Amino acid sequence: MTNIAAEIDLQPLESVLAAYAAKPGSLITILQQTQEIYGYLPRPALAEISRATGIAPAKVLGVASFYTQFRLEPVGRYLIMLCQGTACHVNGAESISAVISEELGIADGQTTADGLFTLKHVACLGCCSLAPAMMINGEVYGNLTANSVRQVLHDLAAKEAE
Amino acid sequence: MAMRVKIGLGSCGMAAGARQTQTALDEALAAAGSTLRSERTGCIGLCFAEPLVEVVDAESGQNWFYGRVDAAAAARIATEHVLGGQVQEDLLLTPDELHFLQSQQRIALRNCGVIDPENIEHYIERGGYQALRQAVCDLTPEQIIDTVKISGLRGRGGAGFPTWFKWDACRKAEGDIKYVICNADEGDPGAFMDRSVLESDPYSVLEGMAIAARAIGSSQGVIYVRAEYPLSIHRLELAMQAARERGFLGQNIFGSGWDFDIYIKAGAGAFVCGEETALLASLEGERGMPRLKPPFPAQKGFWQRPSNINNVETFANVAWIINNGGEAFAAMGTETSKGTKVFALAGKIKRGGLVEVPMGITLREVIFDIGGGIKGDGEFKAVQMGGPSGGCIPASLLDTPVDYESISQTGAIMGSGGMIIMDEGTCMVDMARFFLDFTQKESCGKCIHCRIGTKRMLEILERITRGEGKPGDVELLQDLGRQIQAGSLCGLGASAPNPALSTIRYFADEYRAHIEEHKCPSHSCRPLLQYHIKPEKCRGCSLCARKCPVGAISGELREVFVIDMGKCIKCGNCAASCRFDAVEVL
Ligand SMILES: Cc1cc2nc3c(=O)[nH]c(=O)nc-3n(C[C@H](O)[C@H](O)[C@H](O)COP(=O)(O)O)c2cc1C
Ligand code: FES
Repeated sequence: MTNIAAEIDLQPLESVLAAYAAKPGSLITILQQTQEIYGYLPRPALAEISRATGIAPAKVLGVASFYTQFRLEPVGRYLIMLCQGTACHVNGAESISAVISEELGIADGQTTADGLFTLKHVACLGCCSLAPAMMINGEVYGNLTANSVRQVLHDLAAKEAE
Repeated sequence: MAMRVKIGLGSCGMAAGARQTQTALDEALAAAGSTLRSERTGCIGLCFAEPLVEVVDAESGQNWFYGRVDAAAAARIATEHVLGGQVQEDLLLTPDELHFLQSQQRIALRNCGVIDPENIEHYIERGGYQALRQAVCDLTPEQIIDTVKISGLRGRGGAGFPTWFKWDACRKAEGDIKYVICNADEGDPGAFMDRSVLESDPYSVLEGMAIAARAIGSSQGVIYVRAEYPLSIHRLELAMQAARERGFLGQNIFGSGWDFDIYIKAGAGAFVCGEETALLASLEGERGMPRLKPPFPAQKGFWQRPSNINNVETFANVAWIINNGGEAFAAMGTETSKGTKVFALAGKIKRGGLVEVPMGITLREVIFDIGGGIKGDGEFKAVQMGGPSGGCIPASLLDTPVDYESISQTGAIMGSGGMIIMDEGTCMVDMARFFLDFTQKESCGKCIHCRIGTKRMLEILERITRGEGKPGDVELLQDLGRQIQAGSLCGLGASAPNPALSTIRYFADEYRAHIEEHKCPSHSCRPLLQYHIKPEKCRGCSLCARKCPVGAISGELREVFVIDMGKCIKCGNCAASCRFDAVEVL
């Protein structure tokens, strides 16, 4: 087994812990900022959070796994959050999901081999009148069709290839 | 002629390309040598026509709305209309589309799409913070609560609990520290009014919270916002900063010696955290699991201190009520449901967006008169209200007035005001399956009835939509549903069976067709579809056979082709590609 801890630099976590470790009720905030830093929640970081806050490791993991925002695995450069809310469902989100899976060869929750895209099904993005909708790295795309989704994915891939 | 030009920059507008429109507007203005630039506003609710540009004649006040404005249209509007004075008739919204806006009565949304959400001066110009001043300088806490009581305002977060009652209870509760909490978790997938208010007019929410805090005797507010709403968080932060700079938040507000400030907590993605006791647990950094009530949050809330929790839209009404009096609000609406309510129209509707109307107008008026009816040429089948806790209301009940009690009688609930419109292409059994899938995933797991019961209901619904339904399934669903309702601690479990129970109540035929005939009348449940080539229409062109990904179609050229249902994966390619309408779906 490789030693993952050696690969994770815990240095950037220090300022987060300095600011919040002693503040009661800050675990979720700490986890959110940790995820900001690493893109996901590496196990060694969780252990460090537990140590610094005095919260039992099981509880830290318990909170991290309760909320859908938290990821215990790294994600691709582009996180495709595909809406599965009611309006999007009624307007054909399922077929959009199929197109993305076909284009990228990944299912919900998976990342492409080149580490570029991760597909994640999420509940409503609040853009229901533009259903079906998705959000990629904070940017919302609405009124999706099979072709417009392919176009978005191609454009992003092309941008990376440059 | 002094012109102003505004562009809607909410999340929905930007998703439709409003930033490109804005750039094009400003570039065209600059290229023509003008120093005028476009102004940012939030979302006015005409989401179906985004990106939206409004041109205002600053002197006469006359205004024009342009819809679906792309870069080219933006450049034309800038040079021809804003600078040249020539209205571009072909780009204007139609009178029908404008009717969507004109038939509303906007209180919670009064500033949305009108002010710049990042400029507090706009809010102040429109009477902002006068209500807070009055609440702090002229009214006693009892008088504030009394005004809210007279208004009849009920919570807009779903349950419709009288707002004054909660404030009063929290005020009377013992405790040195009290909290005012804004629930901006907006969990119903398909509702987006809270997002729109926060993005378009964060000030009215902050002012409402401050007035509540004054009434209750609180000095600390917290806003719990969904993580999926980054723009809401950004604009709230700017608005709070601006309010602090002007003394509307912070210490010694209006020289009264009273302090009040607010901070934001971002949620982390869990539907159940919209439930108030789960929200409190989440605020404290725990897994968001609800607890038994009582004690109510008004007695023991955040950190065991008396806390008052209200929804975004509830707070957005408060300043208006103080300014205009409780009677003015109570003059609108019905006997039990006063004032106006914001509804989010989405799904198979022609004009999707946000509308605010007096309580008591009918579903038909909202969906057909304002929303324009069904998109495309389908027939209206049902409207879903209340999301995962609600139900589907059929066409026969379209004349139901929208108020808390009338909607509850249909088996749906008012909920947060999300309306998903469905046409005959939407399968009601699949809708029930969809919602049970949602609640099953979102159940926090504390109660066995909710955790396992929703799973069992989901399994049965999945079976039915796969064509493997059995006689007695419907009765089993109803029985399970009743038990889950009775055995769950919080509203999530208690209402989770509603989508199934309400579709069984109104669409029993569809359940029967799935179970007994293995047919989906809406042609939506794929495993139940049968494809068939009509011999009298088939010309034997072989196109369908070539489009079939699994080689299930065979035949000789210029003779009738046939589909081998054993091989067919029901992708629908044949029906979509046939030029002679020969492939029928059964
Ligand atoms: C499962 C569940 C989810 C809820 N989600 C929300 C929500 O997203 N937003 C909200 O304001 N209230 C939500 N509520 C209602 C809250 O518990 C609470 O009643 C409300 O925030 C009180 O504010 P109001 O009186 O102003 O409506 C939810 C309730 C339940 C049971
Ligand atoms: S349902 Fe997809 S954005 Fe709301």
